[in-house]
Amino acid sequence: MLTKRIIPCLDVKEGRVVKGVQFVSLRDAGDPVELAKFYNEQGADELVFLDISATHEGRETMVDVVRETASALSIPFTVGGGIRTLADMTRMLRAGADKVSVNSAALQNPQLIKEGSDYFGAQCIVVAIDAKWSEEDGTWMIYTHGGRNKFPKEAVAWAKEAVALGAGELLVTSMDKDGEKTGFDNALLKEIRAAVNVPVIASGGAGNAEHFYETLTEADADAALAASIFHYKETSVAEVKNYLRSKGVVVR
Amino acid sequence: MKIGIIDYGMGNLFSVEQAVKRLGADVIISADKAELLAADALILPGVGAFPDAMTRLEETNLVSLFDEVVATKKPLLGICLGMQLLFETSVEKGDNKGLGLFKGRIAEFSGKDAAGEAYRVPHMGWNNLQFKRYPVWLSKEALDNEYVYFVHSFYATDLEDADLVAYADYGGEIVPGIVQKGSITGMQFHPEKSGSCGVALLTAWLKGIEKGEA
Repeated sequence: MLTKRIIPCLDVKEGRVVKGVQFVSLRDAGDPVELAKFYNEQGADELVFLDISATHEGRETMVDVVRETASALSIPFTVGGGIRTLADMTRMLRAGADKVSVNSAALQNPQLIKEGSDYFGAQCIVVAIDAKWSEEDGTWMIYTHGGRNKFPKEAVAWAKEAVALGAGELLVTSMDKDGEKTGFDNALLKEIRAAVNVPVIASGGAGNAEHFYETLTEADADAALAASIFHYKETSVAEVKNYLRSKGVVVR
Repeated sequence: MKIGIIDYGMGNLFSVEQAVKRLGADVIISADKAELLAADALILPGVGAFPDAMTRLEETNLVSLFDEVVATKKPLLGICLGMQLLFETSVEKGDNKGLGLFKGRIAEFSGKDAAGEAYRVPHMGWNNLQFKRYPVWLSKEALDNEYVYFVHSFYATDLEDADLVAYADYGGEIVPGIVQKGSITGMQFHPEKSGSCGVALLTAWLKGIEKGEA
């Protein structure tokens, strides 16, 4: 039986993991490859690297990070952030990434999803959707620039459109819940879950193991992603999986 | 020992190369038939669409390589799309002819099970392998119910019972995970991305080559 997946997310800036990760066991907690190994040993099912580099050099460094990770590890990982063209996708996938995730570039040019999907296969193309409730519109809308700017598209409609264009997976982040640690936005996730037939990764709001349980069962998300609670050791991948197992959720 | 990875321009060879190297084998990546046939065993990787892959194999003059692989009993491992290409036909983007080393065809997941319930396509993530039998090179491994990483929208069906080694259950379908006939093996999942179980499988295959069992 296919398991639910637990995915730690690493924000990488100029080749270094940011968010002040504190792991005494690591030689270098800012080294994305060291951290990737740590999460692999903890039982992470997959990893997401989000490149938040501001410079061209930083993005070049990301290719090295991807190559080193693929050399050291035998679990799948996705690279997002700064993927704007088919050439960007090619570089990351050739360097050993299993999937690439596109966000704002796909909003500006939805054909990018189709191009990537036709060329590499749908399973390589993840579309990241940053959604936030809009009182004005009475639904979830797409937001860009870290949730500051509203993009004139409904989240659920965009999810459908992205899948029709060839997205093989959706990474849905609630900008309302992100950083709040009060649980995932299961209402949003349920709507998206019902609208598409590809795997959906829940993101934004994880505070404890129960939140993972809720989103993986109540909203039927296929995977759940978190960053800071894993980095700050508020919980661990192993602890979350043990809890899920105790509640009868099939995990690896 | 030298493993030849067949480079016909489809997909991510890097992870496969690294996984085999980590296990101590030498790797050559090549599209040259003579160079590949000089290796002890071959891996046919592949990510992408079936018809594109067959076209690339034809363009790189590599289709005839497989006749010699069969004739010389050279161990061959097809991974993911590389496994699917070993079958007779595929329905991906039309009716396609494959290499025909295994009987059977490649069908698409319907997205609806027998009860009419929807399931997700692609089949993406960790699923457990259920073994029907163990090839000689794998007989010392206890891998029943271990999880491996799948990511695909098409799967092998109508194959010979005797060729099926292990399968996963998805959407009520029997999804062949490992197939094997003589020196030809196919893995639908990615052993190079399947954690400890993937490492055990690749290790056993490499050892089997050394011992002449694979």
